[in-house]
Amino acid sequence: MTESEARSDRIERYAAPERVVTTEWVAAHLDDPDVVIVESDEDVLLYEVGHIPGAVKIDWHVDLNDPVLRDYVAPEAFAALLGSKGIGRDTTVVFYGDKANWWATYALWVFALYGHDNTRIMDGGRDLWIAQGRELTREPARREPVDYPVVQRDDRTLRAFRDDVLAHLGKPLIDVRSPEEYAGERTTAPAYPEEGALRAGHIPTAASVPWGKAVDEDGRFRSREELEAIYLDGAGLRDADDVIAYCRIGERSSHTWFVLTHLLGLPGVRNYDGSWTEWGSLVGVPIATGSEPGEAPSR
Amino acid sequence: MTLTPALQRTVDDFHAMEEQDRLQLLLEFADELPALPERYAEHPDLLERVAECQSPVFLFVEVDERVHVHATAPAEAPTTRGFASILAQGLEGATVDEALAVPTDFPRQLGLDRVVSPLRLRGMVGMLGRIQRQIRDRLTQR
Repeated sequence: MTESEARSDRIERYAAPERVVTTEWVAAHLDDPDVVIVESDEDVLLYEVGHIPGAVKIDWHVDLNDPVLRDYVAPEAFAALLGSKGIGRDTTVVFYGDKANWWATYALWVFALYGHDNTRIMDGGRDLWIAQGRELTREPARREPVDYPVVQRDDRTLRAFRDDVLAHLGKPLIDVRSPEEYAGERTTAPAYPEEGALRAGHIPTAASVPWGKAVDEDGRFRSREELEAIYLDGAGLRDADDVIAYCRIGERSSHTWFVLTHLLGLPGVRNYDGSWTEWGSLVGVPIATGSEPGEAPSR
Repeated sequence: MTLTPALQRTVDDFHAMEEQDRLQLLLEFADELPALPERYAEHPDLLERVAECQSPVFLFVEVDERVHVHATAPAEAPTTRGFASILAQGLEGATVDEALAVPTDFPRQLGLDRVVSPLRLRGMVGMLGRIQRQIRDRLTQR
C-alpha cells in the first residue's frame, strides 16, 4: 500500500469519511467551481504570507465574531460574509489552517450552526501542505460574489450555553485544555494570558482530554482505533449520546467536537463556546481543582 | 505624550490606506523585521519574552546615546513580527526621552482595530510597555 492509499484508508474508517480530505485531494480540486477552499488561522496575517492558490480567508475573530456582542455574527452578516467569498448555500467548503486546524474546525463549527453542512477539513492543515512543498501564493483569491440566503442560526443542537452545562452536570463533559489549566494551576492557556478568567480549575465531573491527543505529529487526525482508545475507553464516552466539550473560548473544543461528531460518530455532542473564560468568571457556579474530575454538586 | 517622527510616519502611512489594504502594510513590516544581531542570537538569556503575545516573541533594548530595539518572532507569527518591526523601526535611534514619550496606547492609533482586532493589538501594547520598562532599567543600571 502506498502512503497515499494508507491515508485514504485511514479516512475511510471514520464515521463520516466525507468530512476529511487529503492535501492531494485539495491539490486536485483547486479549479473545481463547486469547491471553495477556506483558510482560517489564529494569526490574522498568515494568509497574506502565503496560502493555497485560490483559497479565501475567513478570520475567526474579525469575520465570525460580532464586534460588540460576545456572540457569532448575525444571520445577515453571515450571509454577506459567505456571499462575498463566493460561497453559495450548496458550495462544498474545505477548511484548513494553522495549529493542526484549531481555527479551521472552529470555522466549520460556526458554519454548522448556520446549517451549512457541506464542509470538510483538509487533514494536516496548513503545516502539512507546506511540509509537502506544495504551492503557496500571496495573490489574494478573487472569487465572484454570490447570493447567500439569510438563514437563522441553530443555537440548540450543536451549541451549549452555561445553563445547559449546569443542567448537564453528571453527564459526560470533556475539558480539552492543558493539564495545568484543568488542575487550576493557571487561569490562562500557556502563551494566552490575555484570555483569562477570575478563577482556575475545571467544571466538576469533566474528563481531561487535551485536544492535541487527537492529532499525530504531522497534525493529521489519528486513526479511528486510536481515537476510540482515547475517547471511548480512556475518557469513558462509550455509548454516550450527550456530551459537552469546552476549552477556553471554544476553539480547541471545536476540534474535539469535530473528532467526536464526524470521526467517531457520536450523535449528540455540543460545544460550550463560553468555556472557561465564562465559567471561571461566573458567580456561584461549582468548580473543581486538582487532577481528579470531582463530584457533581447535589441538587 | 508624542510619537517619534518615524512612528508618526507609520501611523500616517496606515491611515492613508483603505482599511483592507492595511494588512498588506503590516505584512511589509513583518517581512522587514531584521534578524537579531549575532551577539543576541547566541545569548537567548538576554532576551525578554513578551508574555502578552500569543506567539513567542523576544526582545532586547540597548541604550547608548540612542535607543535600539532588537526583536525576534517566528515566521509562523507574522502579526507579531509586524508589531515588533513597527516598534523596532519606529524607535531606532530615538532619544530616551522620545522613546519614553510614546503613549502606551500607541498601537490603537494605527487604525487596525477592525482588520486585526483590539484583542490582538493588546500584544503590541504589551511589547511597547516592556520596551519602555527596559529603557528605564538600562538607565538605572548605568
